Amino acid sequence: MTHDELKTYLIDKFPSAEIALGAQYVQMIVSSVDLHQTAASLKNSKDTSFDYLICLSGVDYPEYMEVVYHLESVDLHHVMVLKVRTSDRLNPAIDTVSDIWIGAKYHEREVYDLLGVHFNNHTDLRRLFLEDGWGFPLRKDYVDEIRIVER
Amino acid sequence: MSEIKEVMINSDRLATDEYLVNMGPQHPSTHGVLRMLVKLEGEKVLNIQPHIGYIHSGIEKMCEAISYPQIIHLTDRMDYLSAHMNNEAVALCVENALQVEVPDRVKYIRTIMDELARLASHQLWWCVMGMDLGALTTFFYGLRDREMILDIFEETCGARLTVNYNLPGGLMFDIHPNFQKRVKDFITYFRTKLPEYDQLLSGNVIFRERTEGIGHLSLSDAIAYGVTGPSGRASGFSNDLRKHQPYSAYPLVKFNEIIDHRCDTLARYEVRMKEMHESLSIIEQLIDNIPEGDYAVKMKSVIKLPEGEFYQRVETARGEFGVYIVSDGKKNPYRVKFRSPGFSNLFALNKMAKGHKIADLVAIMSTLDLVIPDIDR
Repeated sequence: MTHDELKTYLIDKFPSAEIALGAQYVQMIVSSVDLHQTAASLKNSKDTSFDYLICLSGVDYPEYMEVVYHLESVDLHHVMVLKVRTSDRLNPAIDTVSDIWIGAKYHEREVYDLLGVHFNNHTDLRRLFLEDGWGFPLRKDYVDEIRIVER
Repeated sequence: MSEIKEVMINSDRLATDEYLVNMGPQHPSTHGVLRMLVKLEGEKVLNIQPHIGYIHSGIEKMCEAISYPQIIHLTDRMDYLSAHMNNEAVALCVENALQVEVPDRVKYIRTIMDELARLASHQLWWCVMGMDLGALTTFFYGLRDREMILDIFEETCGARLTVNYNLPGGLMFDIHPNFQKRVKDFITYFRTKLPEYDQLLSGNVIFRERTEGIGHLSLSDAIAYGVTGPSGRASGFSNDLRKHQPYSAYPLVKFNEIIDHRCDTLARYEVRMKEMHESLSIIEQLIDNIPEGDYAVKMKSVIKLPEGEFYQRVETARGEFGVYIVSDGKKNPYRVKFRSPGFSNLFALNKMAKGHKIADLVAIMSTLDLVIPDIDR
């Protein structure tokens, strides 16, 4: 599907989501309640078949925490961006998608490690790079007086 | 006494003893600081848990405090063997965000340098793979030929490994007057040497016994884990971004995407060997036709990206490398995320090595071509 076709299709299928055509890809923002169901439907539906999770990243905004999923369909060659936002910035928690895309398991561990986003139902949610009790360095309010030199 | 006797008679109890072995962080076959907690039963691998982060350097956090041209200098510290492609990813991302069109000359030179870097990376992979399987000779052959590419890099941009040749808007310098001649000399030379590689290793009986049918990764698993690059293509996963999302001068050249459906260690090996031939042919198509023109467009001294999100994917020697930039309109990014190919490839290792012998684990890991700073970032 082209970007426009994909956009029309998604608006039709997910009326409650916020859908816009970004500079590069179609973006869809869903609520954290709908995330797992939407992700499963995007993967399993024959029209979209987003079977390849390219990239999973977390972004810390002043009012909310965002997790971004870049998805691609291997057969149909279209790409989209799925986003989920949680208003609870301090203790964010969203459902895992590691049962839909296995590779997400480790990407989610990375997001948990660096941003402190808790993924519900994740089978092995441990820190990935850092030691326990380190804090969450990619959060904007992270201060480390010992190891970071202010310029 | 009676207890010992009982154990000896009941051989099942002896056979089911499982134990854990730490492989790494200083194991020679991990080629860096990677630790794997391997659960073994005799020599059989039951489970692998990779532990990473020994050289996590917080590159994504550092990027939030520096400007876009400075980020490029950090990217080649990640996957140092694909340094040029990583640099290009950031440069392309910034150029696309600012809608800057670079001259054709830049596109040609970037593509040639990409392929030279891919060749150098595959050469190192080949010699190290042989070494991991006990064939030390390959190490000398591979490094001998790789030296010629590194000399070209050194003459072009002053560095052999961390090249830093790309800039948003073009290249740091123009190519050296010797560049075309040396690249052509290298192609002629390496064309005669590639069959030697096959004679040395590819046809070796011991090598084939140790790779054929070992480390099966099915197509659906490769997609689910996001295993890209030559490792993914050996499972039939058509993911070559040079074909599917072409950038720089890739739309202008003819080459084959090497896909194998055998899914094993030998397939991953052969895909990389065939890719070297394709890389040579891509360089050959471009090297004589580098157009005249500027080697960079004039950019503002302080580069500010418009507000928004930008994503750029490139094909490195290991697979899909992605740069995700979130900008709030300032001179440094709000958030940068690097999607590194090694990270996704590593975690498929458990799937591939389960049930094989521990010596096969080394062979499988070799064909994944892991670079640890690329995983840890």
